[in-house]
Amino acid sequence: MKSAVIVFPGSNREGDVVRALKQAGSDAQKVWHAETELPKGTDLVVLPGGFSYGDYLRCGAIAGRAAVMDAVRAHAARGGLVLGICNGFQILCESGLLPGILMRNANLKFICHRQFLKVERNDTAFTRAYAQGQAIDVCVAHGEGNYTADAETLKRLEGEGLVAFRYCDAYGHVTADANRNGSMNSIAGIYSDKLNVLGMMPHPENLIEDLVGGTDGRGLFESLVSSFPRAA
Amino acid sequence: MIRNDVAITPELVKEHGLKPDEYDRFVKLIGREPTLTELGIVSAMWNEHCSYKSSRIHLRGLPTKAPWVIQGPGENAGVIDIGDGLACIFKMESHNHPSFIEPYQGAATGVGGILRDVFTMGARPIAALNFLRFGEPDHPKTPHLVSGVVAGIGGYGNSFGVPTVGGSVGFDKRYNGNILVNAMAVGLARTDEIFYAKATGIGNPIVYLGSKTGRDGIHGATMASAEFDDASEEKRPTVQVGDPFAEKLLLEACLELMKSGAVIAIQDMGAAGLTSSAVEMGAKGNLGVELDLDKVPCREEGMTAYEMMLSESQERMLMVLKPGMEKEAEAIFHKWGLDFAVIGKTTDTLRFVIKHQGEVKADLPIKELGDEAPVYDRPWVESPKQPVIAPDSVEAPLSEAEALLKLVGSPDQCSKRWVWEQYDHLILGNTVQAPGGDAAIVRVEDGPKGLALTTDVTPRYCEADPFEGGKQAVAEAWRNITAVGGLPLAITDNLNFASPERPESMGQFVGCLRGIGEACRALNFPVVSGNVSLYNETNGQGILPTPAIGGVGLVDDVTVNASIAFRNEGEAIILIGATSGWLGQSIYLRDVCGREEGAPPPVDLVQEKRNGDFIRQLIRSGQVKTVHDCSDGGIALALAEMAMAGNVGAEITAVPENMPLHAFLFGEDQARYLIAVDEDAAADILYEAGALGIPAVTLGMTGGDSLILPGQQAISVKQLKNAHESWLPEYMAGKA
Repeated sequence: MKSAVIVFPGSNREGDVVRALKQAGSDAQKVWHAETELPKGTDLVVLPGGFSYGDYLRCGAIAGRAAVMDAVRAHAARGGLVLGICNGFQILCESGLLPGILMRNANLKFICHRQFLKVERNDTAFTRAYAQGQAIDVCVAHGEGNYTADAETLKRLEGEGLVAFRYCDAYGHVTADANRNGSMNSIAGIYSDKLNVLGMMPHPENLIEDLVGGTDGRGLFESLVSSFPRAA
Repeated sequence: MIRNDVAITPELVKEHGLKPDEYDRFVKLIGREPTLTELGIVSAMWNEHCSYKSSRIHLRGLPTKAPWVIQGPGENAGVIDIGDGLACIFKMESHNHPSFIEPYQGAATGVGGILRDVFTMGARPIAALNFLRFGEPDHPKTPHLVSGVVAGIGGYGNSFGVPTVGGSVGFDKRYNGNILVNAMAVGLARTDEIFYAKATGIGNPIVYLGSKTGRDGIHGATMASAEFDDASEEKRPTVQVGDPFAEKLLLEACLELMKSGAVIAIQDMGAAGLTSSAVEMGAKGNLGVELDLDKVPCREEGMTAYEMMLSESQERMLMVLKPGMEKEAEAIFHKWGLDFAVIGKTTDTLRFVIKHQGEVKADLPIKELGDEAPVYDRPWVESPKQPVIAPDSVEAPLSEAEALLKLVGSPDQCSKRWVWEQYDHLILGNTVQAPGGDAAIVRVEDGPKGLALTTDVTPRYCEADPFEGGKQAVAEAWRNITAVGGLPLAITDNLNFASPERPESMGQFVGCLRGIGEACRALNFPVVSGNVSLYNETNGQGILPTPAIGGVGLVDDVTVNASIAFRNEGEAIILIGATSGWLGQSIYLRDVCGREEGAPPPVDLVQEKRNGDFIRQLIRSGQVKTVHDCSDGGIALALAEMAMAGNVGAEITAVPENMPLHAFLFGEDQARYLIAVDEDAAADILYEAGALGIPAVTLGMTGGDSLILPGQQAISVKQLKNAHESWLPEYMAGKA
């Protein structure tokens, strides 16, 4: 499985996600934002975490309009897989690939801590290695992760099963305490209509080894790789 | 010839922070009245911050060498060899005064400056730490300063993309008017790809890289070399504004350019900006430097030569390039959207020549700007010795359980989670031990090695006895690295003191430095970089002497380490090291009894080394996984922290025979560690310790959900955690 990790000026978790993809068996390469085409044969596009363009405008607003994003939109329109993590989720919302927006955290501060997520469904290319309802232990590191959308959008996301992950406690209970950034419906990640685009605030790529805290993040990358049978 | 537009009056000299005799020295050196630009340049070069004029003769006494030291003090950062062709490059630096005036930007640019020091040498930063001291919690400014400084450190480091993995936060009224913000950065480079400031070759292009020059930060270094008064708030315009996004781009562009082989020398523009960086590169290489300021990329119109030479705009670099490689270098910088301009060249004249709009604005002897800076042997007096407080002379106002509960929830001892959760401590995916333990551990690349990192000093010890306090600061850093299984290799020191012009504070500086030197020698733990911050006082009230020590150690196999958490029930808790019940200058005496007095605990460096080497061997051989050093709050606080970290209680049954229980539990004797091991292993360890003459005693067993001290009511771990975790968030929310 071939993945392209887009690097914008100010991206800073591109190395972390490349490590996670490679560990899962993907051929991962970095692609500079000024490119107008994706490498031939790209199966998965990853928009990594960071502070693209310093996040001095709305987070992700400038990157959402970068040259390479036309190619990413075309890839998504063809049904290609796209994963946006943290700043990548913000970019997906700004580029029109996902609905809604990420606002300042409820406490108005950057927060970095371990966080459990409830896996809402395990029948997508991103989550098949998990069990439905499983609480996975990953981490968050963001200042603007407060997912917000209008009532109609929220209703549609819920109604069509497009919520990917929710903030929960260690037992999988979706509680107010577990939703530290104040996201609507405790939403930590959402899918596009066709389930081929996933945006999420937490960082599964930082929880892939016991040595650095655990391996619950691995499942996401293993799911993606296993979605592509090895080329004959 | 050089033209002088502005008459240099004694008032102008004073405004530039130069003493009349220093100005006379400068006039004699150049043989004429200086221009205003030249006065600005010399004031920047000869202030305390850049010239170390009061500290230099004392710094010479520090040990700076060891077989693994590649570069000691004098470069942008220190460099040590960690094997496998890799070098660890690190330094700590203060940004105290700017952070007091404008906490967010002051702290942010402190982080930016130290990261730049590290990547200037070719290293990619892999970890950041800090050391923070604020005024007393009740002071009206304190919450605002805490909030701003923490947000500034996070704001810069998080965006830049370096994990902030450790630090120290404390409060004391002596920092009411002068907080401390010391930032440390640690980077990795290949030992054969380290870059230095020394220019070589005549006629080589000098290029300016990074952000544009503005009017921010003019005379920042001079401000950092003066004491504060009530008008200090008006100095806000001298605080620089940071742009971590530009710094991240600068990092990537610099590392890419270094790989291309185009770089001969590189120096970041930190304190005193273009002046200090250009002079340093020329002087180190025995070369002259000629700059044409018309070529300097400026953010504002109409900037004068004086302003350009003294601007402390951030995220800028100066390089000497190999001739003919300008185009290639320019392409790399333009790719990253950064400014690139050839602004001068190296010469064989040994002069520092500044041209602007067709005129020579400065023409100074380059070596003398650094070498001939005044050096002072300031008068100093030894701090008076404090009486030793006998353990049985201190009455216990509270039960031991009550005292412990009070201490775990006190401002200095409470959990600093509220702080470090605002720092991204997990980025890069190599954080093996996160904040909250004795030392942080970050893995080196894909392993198996790791670095153990810590920042330490106990300022109240330093004030009561500068020599012992200086020793203790180094010993504590050494101990914290040891407690996670690291072999301590080298330190960076950030020496924060009050005015050197008062013999008492100069005496504290001298005493602490002697203590630091003695401990570094005894522990084979040399100083490879550092920073001196003097004049930390407001309206004549000095800070506590605070020589913060940033320690770096090597973990050979990062999978074999120890942490403070009790892991299992039914393990034996063993105390390693001798206990005399030393209560002088202890947290117990200060926060429970309300007495700030006595001599601090003496540091026996032979015991320190012997006990620490024993602990490290236990960890490295896999015999022990739970270790915590005993420091503030003694055995009792260490036990509480171990219980809270592991959610496992303990019952302590050992009772001291020759001292009161509170002295035994809360005394702060040095060179001690607590470990928890299987009962089976305990006998072997006690035997091994005995054979080496190391005091070791079983205190009790882990287990249950409470901590039970001898003869005391049980305190549930939950109760401890509530007290420990609640103070800081409640205080910051205005409730405490």
